[in-house]
Amino acid sequence: MSGEAILTRNFGRSDSHTIRAYVETGGYQGWRKAQAMEPTAIIDEVKRANLRGLGGAGFPTGTKWSFIPKNHTGPVYLVINADEGEPGTFKDRYLLERDPHALIEGMLIAARAINSATAFVYIRGEYVEPWRRFSTAVREAYEAGHLGRGLDIVVHRGAGAYICGEETGLISSLEGKKGWPKLKPPFPAIKGAFGAPTIVNNVETLSHVPHIINRGAAWFAGLGTKTQGGTRMYSVSGRVARPAVYETSVGITLRQLIYDRAGGVTGNGRLKAVVPGGSSAAILTADEIDVTMDVDGLKNAGTMAGSAGVIVMDETVSIPEALMVVARFYAHESCGQCTPCRESTGWIYKMTRRIVERRGQKDDLDTILDVAKRGAGTTICAFYDGAVGPYISYIEKFRAEFEALIPHA
Amino acid sequence: MSERHNAPSTTIAFSEAQLVEVRRLQALYPDARGALLPVLHMAQETFGYISLEAEEYVATLFELSPAHVHEVVTFYTLYFRERPGRHVVAVCHNLSCHLAGAPGIIAHLKQRLGIEPGETTEDGRVTFLTVECLCACEAAPMMQVDDRYEMNLTPAKLDQILGGLA
Repeated sequence: MSGEAILTRNFGRSDSHTIRAYVETGGYQGWRKAQAMEPTAIIDEVKRANLRGLGGAGFPTGTKWSFIPKNHTGPVYLVINADEGEPGTFKDRYLLERDPHALIEGMLIAARAINSATAFVYIRGEYVEPWRRFSTAVREAYEAGHLGRGLDIVVHRGAGAYICGEETGLISSLEGKKGWPKLKPPFPAIKGAFGAPTIVNNVETLSHVPHIINRGAAWFAGLGTKTQGGTRMYSVSGRVARPAVYETSVGITLRQLIYDRAGGVTGNGRLKAVVPGGSSAAILTADEIDVTMDVDGLKNAGTMAGSAGVIVMDETVSIPEALMVVARFYAHESCGQCTPCRESTGWIYKMTRRIVERRGQKDDLDTILDVAKRGAGTTICAFYDGAVGPYISYIEKFRAEFEALIPHA
Repeated sequence: MSERHNAPSTTIAFSEAQLVEVRRLQALYPDARGALLPVLHMAQETFGYISLEAEEYVATLFELSPAHVHEVVTFYTLYFRERPGRHVVAVCHNLSCHLAGAPGIIAHLKQRLGIEPGETTEDGRVTFLTVECLCACEAAPMMQVDDRYEMNLTPAKLDQILGGLA
C-alpha cells in the first residue's frame, strides 16, 4: 500500500509553512496552470480525480462546485471549514501550521472554478497558533501577488462551538449569529453565506487541489479506490503505539493503518474496538478491521469515514465508560435548536453515566436504543445522526459489557 | 492575546485606534455583522471578559440589540461572562484524552489548585476548565493554557507548567 506523502511531503522541514519553502517544492505551479484553464475545465478535472470531501460528509468536490447557478451575476463566496472539532481528528491543525500555502493555492483554484472573488477561512477559536501561521501565510501570498488580484481572503476566528463545523452552522456563525444550522434546501450553493451562493470546503480537501491540477486527475484517481481518489490524512490516536497523522492511500485497510503504520496496540495489547472516522462514526470490533478506509468501504461496513479520526481501544478500555465520555460530548455540543437532539443527548448522557456508576436501571439500554432510533433523521442537521452512530453501535456490539454494570439486568 | 488582562476597566469603550480596527473588520464582510465574533474577541482582550455592559457597548457598534449580542456571547464557550483568572487552564476530557489518562490529570489539577473545574483560584491566578476535544489527540492527554497547547501531560509536567504561571 502506497505511503506516498503528498500533503505531508514538507512536514519534515522546519520552514515548511513559509512561501519560500512552498515555492521551492513546486508550490503555486498548479495555480499557474489553472489560470490558463476555463472554470468548467477545472471542475471537470476535480470530478475526474474522484476527490471527495474530507471534512466528514465525503461528498464529491467537483460535483459540489458545479451546483453554483450558471447564470448567477452577484457575488459567490468560497468558505473554508477550518473549524476542526470532530473528536479524534487533528489533521487540519497540521495543514494550517505546516503547509498553509497549499490551502491558499487550493483556494485560488477553487475560487476560479466557482467564480468567487471573496473567500472566508473559518478557523476554530482554540487554534491560536494555526490561526497565526495561516494569517502570516495569507500576508505572504498577498505580498507575492497571488492574492488581491481577483481573490481576497478573510481569516475569521470562531469562538468555541463544535456545531460550527456543520456547514450551515458555520455560515450562521460567519454571519455574526449563534451557530445554528439552517434547513436545507436551499443548499449553500444556491443560498449560503450572506444570502449568496456559497461553497464550503474542508481544509484538507482544498489542499489536494493544487496537486490534482499539477499532476492530473488520472494520477490522483489512481492513488485511491474506484470511487475515491487520492491519499488522505488519518489521525490515529487512543491505545496505539505511535499516535500521529498518517498520510496514505484511501485504499489502505484499517488493520494496515493500525498495525503497519501506527505500530499496533499500546504495549502489544489486544485490540478491542476502533472508531474509524471521528467520534460520530459507528464503532467497529476487533474482528471488523479488514475494511478499506475510503468513504464507500467504511459506509459498506456500516460506519463512516467521516473526518478520518481513528480512535483505537484495547482490552483495558471500558466501552460503557467510553460511551459515557462520547455522550457527554454530544450533550454539551447540541446547539439546542431541534427538540429530539436537545432532549435526547442530555437524557442519554445521564443514562450512560448512571450505568457506569452502577446505578443503571433494567430498561436503560433499551431506552437509549429506542430514543436514539426515534430521533435519527428528524433534525435539521446531521449532528444528532452523528451521536446516534456511537449510541447504537457501542451498545449493540458490546451489550454484555453494559449489562454487567447494571444491577438486576 | 497571550495573557488575559486583569486591570480593572472602569469605562467600557474602545480607543480611537480600536474603533478604526472595528470599522476595518466590519468592512471585510458583506454585512458588517459578520465582524461580530472578531469584535467580541477584541472586547474580551480589552476588557478582560464580556460583561453585560460590554455586550451593550458592542451592540451599539453594530446597531444590533443587546439581546442579539447576548445570545451570541452565551452560545460560544470562549467568551467569558465573568472575569477569569490571569491564566485559563482548559483540560480536554474527550475520548482520546480520556483513554490516555485525562481523569488522572484532572484529579491532579483539582488537588494542586484546590478547586473544581469551572472555578477560579482565590488569588485570581488560574481558572480551571474541562473542555471538549481540542484536536491534539496524538499528544493526549493535553490541555490548553491561555493560547498554548500543552501536550503529553504527566503529573510532573503539570507541576512544572503550573509553577510557570504567575
